[in-house]
Amino acid sequence: MSDVPRPGSADQLVYLDAASSERLHPAARDVLSAALDAGYADPRRLHGPARSARLLLDNAREASAAALGVRVDELSFTRSGTDAVHRGLLGLLAGRTRAGSLLLHSAVEHSAVLHAAEWSRGSATPLPVDAVGRLAPDVVRAAVRDSGQPVAVVACQSANHEVGTLQPVAAIAAALGETPGEIPLFMDACASMGRVPLPEGWAVAAGSAHKWGGPGGVGVLLVRKGVRWRNPYPTDDRIDERVAGFEDVPAALAAAAALQAVVASRDEDSARQHALVDTVRTFVAREIPDVEVVGDPDDRLPHLVTFSCLYVDGEVLVRGLDRRGFAVASGSACTSSTLAPSHVLAAMGVLTHGNLRVSLTRDTTPAQVEAFLVALREVVAGIRSEVGL
Amino acid sequence: MTTGPGLPEVRELDCRGMRCPLPVIELARAFPDLEVGAVLAVVSTDAAARVDVAAWCRMRGQEYLGEDLADDGTPRHLVRRLH
Repeated sequence: MSDVPRPGSADQLVYLDAASSERLHPAARDVLSAALDAGYADPRRLHGPARSARLLLDNAREASAAALGVRVDELSFTRSGTDAVHRGLLGLLAGRTRAGSLLLHSAVEHSAVLHAAEWSRGSATPLPVDAVGRLAPDVVRAAVRDSGQPVAVVACQSANHEVGTLQPVAAIAAALGETPGEIPLFMDACASMGRVPLPEGWAVAAGSAHKWGGPGGVGVLLVRKGVRWRNPYPTDDRIDERVAGFEDVPAALAAAAALQAVVASRDEDSARQHALVDTVRTFVAREIPDVEVVGDPDDRLPHLVTFSCLYVDGEVLVRGLDRRGFAVASGSACTSSTLAPSHVLAAMGVLTHGNLRVSLTRDTTPAQVEAFLVALREVVAGIRSEVGL
Repeated sequence: MTTGPGLPEVRELDCRGMRCPLPVIELARAFPDLEVGAVLAVVSTDAAARVDVAAWCRMRGQEYLGEDLADDGTPRHLVRRLH
């Protein structure tokens, strides 16, 4: 075990990347520990330990469904948020093969949606967004009208994962309701689930537990009752026909506990985070020259803010802040495995280099945000002075 | 010096092989030497330059004229100095 890296002290580090993954919620930690002891057996079997596991799994589904305001039979636990997106979108397309095969999606969807679209046999058309990254219902209406072929599914996220802008999902669904054929809406809700109530109008939706403080490796797939959804992958003879494989009962229960806790306190958490993000937006725009703060300033996720700094290398910026004890993400090309700039920032037409995404955890303090802003100003100034700009 | 389609003489700024943000840094360095009304072509193999040169123009109040190709087929991003 000596080669296994030891986790460093988390005390000194200010973690500002909750949108990538939030630290496990204390409520989930306690439940996880208990469920590891009580929920190990195969929930399909008939003996006592199996019945215990099954009870815990049923509890997890009921608690999650209640927290999200959906029916229990509409909710499945998947292997991840990505798995939920893939199953959700491909299953919805599979249920629509008689209607058509064209997928319309916002140009700013998560890559999980884009990869699923690429993998499916149908064609896919990205729909343009405005400068804050929002997909307008009129754009969807016109795209359906001008598509030249029947539209199978429209995919629109609940909120953008990189810039935080909330999408008008209910209005887009209403626009689709006016078109012939009742085109269903797929909603990737991974960025917002738990933090913001689910909007109305979606047929299938996906979420990711580690983004709300649940454990990694748990996704949530929601299929509205009455929606025609067909499993796009091999089926399994287990409890939930929408997913496959042995259920991770302890993780599902921990995810449910975290979701309940996050939903219970989200009004106050959101208000606090919203105000802290306002502080960041104002400071960055006022105190750091040549910075573009992007995304909707008000109608947005509470905990997330994105900006791009002219003449600054995103990778150097992230590493510079990391050295000072601040963990943040970037959508700049130099920080991605593909060396391509963020397709979200590109679709919005905003600066892609020198990009930072700051996302607050549930316990981020005003003092931490202030310290971050001071460090940010110094690191940006240092990088710019090196290139003489 | 080459002549772009429908454009006066355009000065090329060779940023081939440079990764972001270097093409935009080179653009900013070269810009003071450009006369008002003149056009500079940022020749760049970097995919981010397409977005970032246009964004730089917007932030600086200069005119982005769009994209064409250099003689070797490399994308050129055209900027006109307005002030």
